[in-house]
Amino acid sequence: MSDSLRLADLMATKAGLVSATVARVKSLDEAFAYTLDVCDKKEACQLLPAGCEAELSAGAEALCDTKIGKVIAAPGLDAAATQTLKNMCSESGVTFITEGMRRYLGGIDIGFTIALRGIAETGTVVIDSKSEELRLATMVCEVHVCVVRASDIRETSYDVESDLRALCKDFPAYVAFVTGASRTADIERVLALGVHGPLEMHLLILEDN
Amino acid sequence: MQNARDLKQYRGELQGALDNDFLRQAMDKFAVAYRTSRTNAFAGMDLEGLIRDIATSKDKAMARMDELLVEFTKNAERMGVTVHVAKTAQEANEIIGRIAQNSGVKRIVKSKSMTAEETLLNHHLEDLGLEVTETDLGEWIIQLRHEGPTHMVMPAIHLSRDQVADLFTNVTGSEQSNDIQKLVKVARRELRAKYVQAEMGISGGNFAVAETGTIALCTNEGNARLVTTLPRVHVALVGLDKLTPTLGDALRVIRALPRNATGQAITSYVSWITGPGECKGAPENKKEMHVVFLDNGRRALAKDPVFSQVLRCVRCGACANVCPVYRLVGGHQLGHIYIGAIGLILTYFYHGREKAKNLVQNCINCGACKAVCVGGIDLPRLIKEVHARIQDEEGHPLQSTLLGKVLKSRKLFHALLRSAKAVQRPVTGGTPYLRHLPMIFAKDQTFRALPAIAETPFRDQFESLRPKVSSPKFRVALFSGCVQDFVYPEQAVAAVKILAKHNVAVDFPMDQSCCGLPVQMMGEREASRSVAAQNVTAFDPASYDYILTLCASCASHLKHGYPDILGKDPKLAVKVQQFADRVIDFSSFVHDVLKVTADEFRPDGEKATYHAPCHLCRGLGVTKAPRELIATGGLDYLPAEEEDVCCGFGGTFSMKFPELSAELLKKKLANAEKTGAKLLLTDCPGCIMQLRGGLEAKGSTLKVQHVAEALADRLK
Repeated sequence: MSDSLRLADLMATKAGLVSATVARVKSLDEAFAYTLDVCDKKEACQLLPAGCEAELSAGAEALCDTKIGKVIAAPGLDAAATQTLKNMCSESGVTFITEGMRRYLGGIDIGFTIALRGIAETGTVVIDSKSEELRLATMVCEVHVCVVRASDIRETSYDVESDLRALCKDFPAYVAFVTGASRTADIERVLALGVHGPLEMHLLILEDN
Repeated sequence: MQNARDLKQYRGELQGALDNDFLRQAMDKFAVAYRTSRTNAFAGMDLEGLIRDIATSKDKAMARMDELLVEFTKNAERMGVTVHVAKTAQEANEIIGRIAQNSGVKRIVKSKSMTAEETLLNHHLEDLGLEVTETDLGEWIIQLRHEGPTHMVMPAIHLSRDQVADLFTNVTGSEQSNDIQKLVKVARRELRAKYVQAEMGISGGNFAVAETGTIALCTNEGNARLVTTLPRVHVALVGLDKLTPTLGDALRVIRALPRNATGQAITSYVSWITGPGECKGAPENKKEMHVVFLDNGRRALAKDPVFSQVLRCVRCGACANVCPVYRLVGGHQLGHIYIGAIGLILTYFYHGREKAKNLVQNCINCGACKAVCVGGIDLPRLIKEVHARIQDEEGHPLQSTLLGKVLKSRKLFHALLRSAKAVQRPVTGGTPYLRHLPMIFAKDQTFRALPAIAETPFRDQFESLRPKVSSPKFRVALFSGCVQDFVYPEQAVAAVKILAKHNVAVDFPMDQSCCGLPVQMMGEREASRSVAAQNVTAFDPASYDYILTLCASCASHLKHGYPDILGKDPKLAVKVQQFADRVIDFSSFVHDVLKVTADEFRPDGEKATYHAPCHLCRGLGVTKAPRELIATGGLDYLPAEEEDVCCGFGGTFSMKFPELSAELLKKKLANAEKTGAKLLLTDCPGCIMQLRGGLEAKGSTLKVQHVAEALADRLK
């Protein structure tokens, strides 16, 4: 087995251990189709962002009203990819945004990103989060779909040290290591996903080799 | 939080925690689950190597604290970050309060920071009329309850879902069920509104990376990402001990921190923030960013020859996770703000003597924290050192001064033991236990029967037992320790019997005395030093191949404690090292050196279980030898659950905190009895005193023996 295949398998296994849903795709277009499919099947793609069904205080309740329809945000893509996803969204009747995330703080359905690197050992993606839009898109979404190219997967965190350094030296910088969804075990040590950020993480390994 | 005036009041609080059934169950479940998840998380990794590397790199970094601060500041200021250094907690709070006021801030969201807990930042900001909301779920819960954390990474571990449901019902003004998933969603919505409104976000910092001026944060919830993104001002409050030379150094710690904290390979989010980035909620689309470094004694600690290693702490909380006392009473009792073993030490330095004085005595010295620490901090030794310092500062209590005086004179100590024997008959009623102790001595000690002084101490029997060997295979000097000499001489007799069979010449230097661990535990440094010196002198180490002891606690104190206590004394430095190098415990000697074989014993298949003494399994790292010896001796070894958890003896600890000692013993005995064994074997007379006393008090038929006795009984 080639090293890149081995690392992709390890990445898939380790991400699975932290409750991420892992799938393999052959192209970015396939990743987009996957994303729209998830959005289509997703229950919370209804009008209500997660948690809004609960009895809330007036302030929190107010924020629930800010969401209208299904929303996918993908602030970090190049022009061609942005256009493709935009077209696919409009065919499906989904709002597609790349900016203005501060208007959607009540919640969006899907945040779509492409990772710079994967760290196989822990199932982690390294995301350049310099853009505030991208950071918010990956935090206020209910599902985070992240694509990592198989050729970008490295074995351990030490193997991404030089990438991390290069990113940090290009300041101001904000780099995120993301492993699975937002989680907590603060009440009786019971695992609960989606305490602040995504309720689900979908990791799409793009087999580019 | 520590508010007890004295030890008596503190013990009252401990009892309150012991009576909290929910807490006890939660802690028990966690202690057991943690062990497995940690082992799995580190599987296949060179953990010892990792600990060594972290310790070395942290030590080097802390020695260059000022340099790293200059480097960080230069890099950060170049990017437009304002760097502040606060000498005290109050100063840090004032700086942050001023930043808020100067920027017209009204509402603040915070992500988790132990440093902000240390400075009691929220109180200060609230006094200024600012609204502060903790966003880590656990921190928010305890903030709403107006209490402090009970664990450094799981601050609300002491609370039940019902308590949280009641709390959230109050907060939202609507009835909430106790469904955890729903409660988490309620927090999601309520806190989302807070992020949107806040003008300022306060975070801590797991690392302040000097080479790039980066603040790195580890969180599972992702709250730190929102705290550092949405508000227009970001303040990171960071202890100077978090200065880290390179990104690689931070990555190394990240390999260990989540694994050791909760058994996770990595936290869900690690955020690397380098400079004030874009912020669409700010004028000119630019974040205002401040880093406030807190000194509060860290600079001085970095230069302290004894305590500088506490700055290696990465705040994983593992020293609490494995502490048997924490497991019983939780973090409100086993900590002030910093919790667990490291908390016992840091409280003295960051919050003062008054908060630390009772707390620091609540260490049973089992070494579980030292074994789990990813910084390799010698926590138990430093706890004893803090205790000793507080006693030197505040005056020594009468009992400990007396014990010190008595132990310093072997003749006086032994004369007292002999006269106790002479007069004990009315309280033993002819049994091997003290049956009718006057209440003044027996207070709170009914959970175990205390042993009587033996008829003839080992030292008086030795000459008639000395093996007659012409050309000995080994020359061994026996260190009996007080308990074997005066209470359980039969254990040493059993050992000599086995040694004689193997052509070992045995000596018993008559000037030997107590090893000194009890006075070390009581913070009597002078007595501890004096006793150690007497013992090293009594044994002329170069004349022997080994110094053998059947007491695990003596062994680990003689081997590791003595060089530490006497190593700097020019008159004794060489001798004490020779002495320590020769010290060996009974099981290792018989198993590894004499290499006894099964054909030397008459097997009877007696069902036996084992208790691993703390000072043997962790103190000396001996785990295989005694268990294999049990099988070699022809017994049927039945492993018990949690064999390596403390029996609750801890020497003077069990006199000082009998209620804790009793609970630990109860658990230990239940696990041993569950195996169905007839015999409970161990390697330490102190543990035997505790285990046997507990079984006698509850009228159990399970018998306790030293491994040496079980072997001698079956010798052909």
